[in-house]
Amino acid sequence: MTAEPGGPEDRLRRFATIWSRAVFPVTSTSLTRPDFEELLLPLAHRLRDALRARAFDAAAAKGIGAALIEAHCTDPEALSRTLDCVDAYLVLYCGDPDAPAEAQEALRTRCSRLQHAMAAGFAEALRERTLAEQETISQAALTAQGAVAHALHTSEARFRAVFEGAAIGICISDLDGNVLQVNGALLRMFGGSENLVRGRNVVEWTHPDDAPQVWRLYDELVRGQREHYHVEKAFYRPDGTVLWTNLTVSLLRDADGRPQYQLALMEDTTERRLLNLRLRYEATHDALTGLPNRTLFFERLEKALAAGEGQRFGLCYLDLDGFKTINDSLGHAAGDRLLVEVADRLQSCATAPGEMVARLGGDEFVALTTGPDTERKVDELAGRIMNALVTPISVDGRELTVRGSIGIVEGPVGERGPAEVLRSADITMYRAKSAGGNRFELADPEADARAITRHGLTTALPTALDRGEFFIEYQPLVHLGDGTVHGAEALVRWLHPQHGVLGPDRFIPLAERTGLIVPLGRWVLEEAVRQARSWQERHDRSGPLRINVNLSPCQLTHPGLVADTVAILEQAGLEPDALCLEVTESALIGADDSLLKPLRRLAEMGVDIALDDFGTGYSNLANLRRLPVRVLKLDRSFTQSMQQYPADPVDLKIVEGIVSLAHSLDLAVTVEGVETGAQAEQLRILGCDTAQGWYYARPGPPERLHELSLLDATG
Amino acid sequence: MERPAWAPRSIDISVPSVSRMYDFYLGGSHNFEVDRVAARRAMEFMPGLPKIMQANRAFMRRAVRYAVEEGITQFLDIGSGIPTFGNVHEVAQQAHPGARVVYVDHDPVAVAHSQAVLEGNDDADVVAADLRKPEGILSSPQVERLIDRNRPVALLLVAILHFVEDTDDPYSAVAELRDALAPGSLLVVTHASYDGIPLPQERAEGTVDVYRNIRNPLIMRSRDEIARFFEGYDMVEPGLVPMPKWRPDTASEDEDPYSFAGFAGVGRSA
Repeated sequence: MTAEPGGPEDRLRRFATIWSRAVFPVTSTSLTRPDFEELLLPLAHRLRDALRARAFDAAAAKGIGAALIEAHCTDPEALSRTLDCVDAYLVLYCGDPDAPAEAQEALRTRCSRLQHAMAAGFAEALRERTLAEQETISQAALTAQGAVAHALHTSEARFRAVFEGAAIGICISDLDGNVLQVNGALLRMFGGSENLVRGRNVVEWTHPDDAPQVWRLYDELVRGQREHYHVEKAFYRPDGTVLWTNLTVSLLRDADGRPQYQLALMEDTTERRLLNLRLRYEATHDALTGLPNRTLFFERLEKALAAGEGQRFGLCYLDLDGFKTINDSLGHAAGDRLLVEVADRLQSCATAPGEMVARLGGDEFVALTTGPDTERKVDELAGRIMNALVTPISVDGRELTVRGSIGIVEGPVGERGPAEVLRSADITMYRAKSAGGNRFELADPEADARAITRHGLTTALPTALDRGEFFIEYQPLVHLGDGTVHGAEALVRWLHPQHGVLGPDRFIPLAERTGLIVPLGRWVLEEAVRQARSWQERHDRSGPLRINVNLSPCQLTHPGLVADTVAILEQAGLEPDALCLEVTESALIGADDSLLKPLRRLAEMGVDIALDDFGTGYSNLANLRRLPVRVLKLDRSFTQSMQQYPADPVDLKIVEGIVSLAHSLDLAVTVEGVETGAQAEQLRILGCDTAQGWYYARPGPPERLHELSLLDATG
Repeated sequence: MERPAWAPRSIDISVPSVSRMYDFYLGGSHNFEVDRVAARRAMEFMPGLPKIMQANRAFMRRAVRYAVEEGITQFLDIGSGIPTFGNVHEVAQQAHPGARVVYVDHDPVAVAHSQAVLEGNDDADVVAADLRKPEGILSSPQVERLIDRNRPVALLLVAILHFVEDTDDPYSAVAELRDALAPGSLLVVTHASYDGIPLPQERAEGTVDVYRNIRNPLIMRSRDEIARFFEGYDMVEPGLVPMPKWRPDTASEDEDPYSFAGFAGVGRSA
């Protein structure tokens, strides 16, 4: 705005400048001072107009005072400075310097009245503004509080819904244990009756199954020494039934950390617990008989064997005799009914504390007794069991007589583990069984050791054949007439990695029991035949050397015997008459035609059959005619007495008789176990054809025989 | 049943609030006795406190106008408090009708007051959120509605950063906001400091104690520490300076000595 210097506008501007300079320092405005001056300039105009107006206009002056408040000059000092400024400069800059004195006086009076009205207007506006702002801020605070309260309400409603709708039981109680609040799930767990839970004290909720630490943890929590604990706890429901829970209790503290409430969360585990017990029962009991099974028995046995000093145990291992026959002939259902009855009877035998009966599987049962006095008690227990089986068992209208074999192990605890004890009992039971059954035997460490070795050899047999642990030694067969080597008997040996060289008596019975004798026997036959062929090739001048190979009863009944033998002979290129198969006399006792047929076939092909160990099997001499036998091998027991001189005349007569009988049936006679020259001479006189024994040579490697034979040929 | 421990505390107007104290310093009556008691106590140590607040308001006014001159028409004012007069939306919308403003405060009373003031103003709104959690600000519906994140924004952190303790990592919060805003955005900061206070430091510490006692510690930072907030920004001339020296409209001889306390600055993000 431009104004003529010294003119009215210029003077007004100068008034506004002075005013703004006076007030600006006490304002809170964010305007700059020149901006603030621009704000005051219109007010200065209004002041000048009010000063000069014909009539005094209080409202106009009040409005100017109020305008200061609008310009954020709320500090009373702003009013004070404004009034100072108006008083000193308004008439001076906005009056009429040329007016007469009374007019000047009237302006001064008007100026005073304007100041009064401005002050009133300022105060009024300040009061209005203050009240308005106080109202605004109070409203804002109320609104904010309302919003927070609403949020709180929503949150509380949400938490209440969580509390009420939770599937786990919730209980809030004070530190004295008084129940303050419980939710629906908890009420339902307790049977739904509210007054039996609310208003009660949690310390009343004891149960005999409470673990010892439950109430100690509780005390620590309410004393503020523990923030939470977790236990499995049982409660009585009002109807007396038991509620099992997984219980978690937490301490709730106030904002300053002081313990205030306890919060219990509980999960109903009653059903799960029952299910667990049921599963546990099923896992530890035999479904057929309801008796404890192998698992539970092992647990108990383990516990019994870990009992304190002075404690002993006694174990009866029962296996029914001939149960397989019952199962096979009457069917499994009948067998099962029999087992159930046996189980019931056994159960009644072991009723004293520390006794138990279990079914290990099949027809195998065990009875256990524990305590300091089992030496006596286990005998009685075995006696009771044998007794219990005496009365025949009625199954499907049949009266079945049941017998059992029992192995007993008894001893102090802490020396053996459950597996070892059970194995010993098993071995002992088999001992009872092989002694005829229907009896009990007491465990014996030596018998155990033998059985264990036998067991070890049995299990090692199959791999031994694969690993080539077997080898063959040959013992020469000598012609008694001229002393020439006539052939050799193949004798199998086992070079066991731990036990060294084992003779056939140690493993052939085992191989027969496991059926391994068939492949083993075939291997021996192959080896021996191949060896015989190789001797012949190198030694054809002295005529064919014969090879004797033992045939076990098992091989005899094997359907592939003839075909295998033929194949082996053909493969090696050996004539059948160079082979002699030795069969024990006992294997042919009572042999029917089906058993003899393969032997006849072999004999027809030219293979010689020798009757081994002749004279030990009470064979029917008349039967000899029927057998496709070409040679009798006289058992060494007949020749033993001939080692001394003079020989027992009765033995001489017997041997003479046998030789005469054999020769009359066109059979050759071979004698075993010849150890002295006198013996050999005697046997030659008696007419025996061939002999073998240490006098000639011990069994040895094939080269030895070759050398003997060469010697014989050159000699 | 008593208020459960997990429920938020209600508004406690018996506790002084920094935004209502600020209003009192500026001659307003949007405050309660507790606020005035605390503010008067702080003023016993530093009688010129109102002049510092006034200088803050004046700087903010100039900065907003500068932003509009630079073509920025959207404003995010965090720690807006109780807007008594000369507010961002007044200044901005006067300079550029249609300018958009989002205020942010974590004081529920300040937010409620702002809502009342802004009623009917479609281009301005307020968010109840906390500078220490920028994600809550950026993802608010108000910001989504009013701020176009593809265009530069003037971010105002006026007289707020000195209420964020180092343990709450104000530098990360500022960086997070910087990364969320479009390049060319402006960062407008004022910050309290012992530098420039026309009093011995021990005396100014009396004021700091008052704020500590009302559980709203005032963190005095050095100029270097304040400059670090501008990491990733190019300082606008004249840089980080006492408030009256930042692009003054007039010569600063009229200014009260207290108004030179602390620092003000504007940066432009690359």
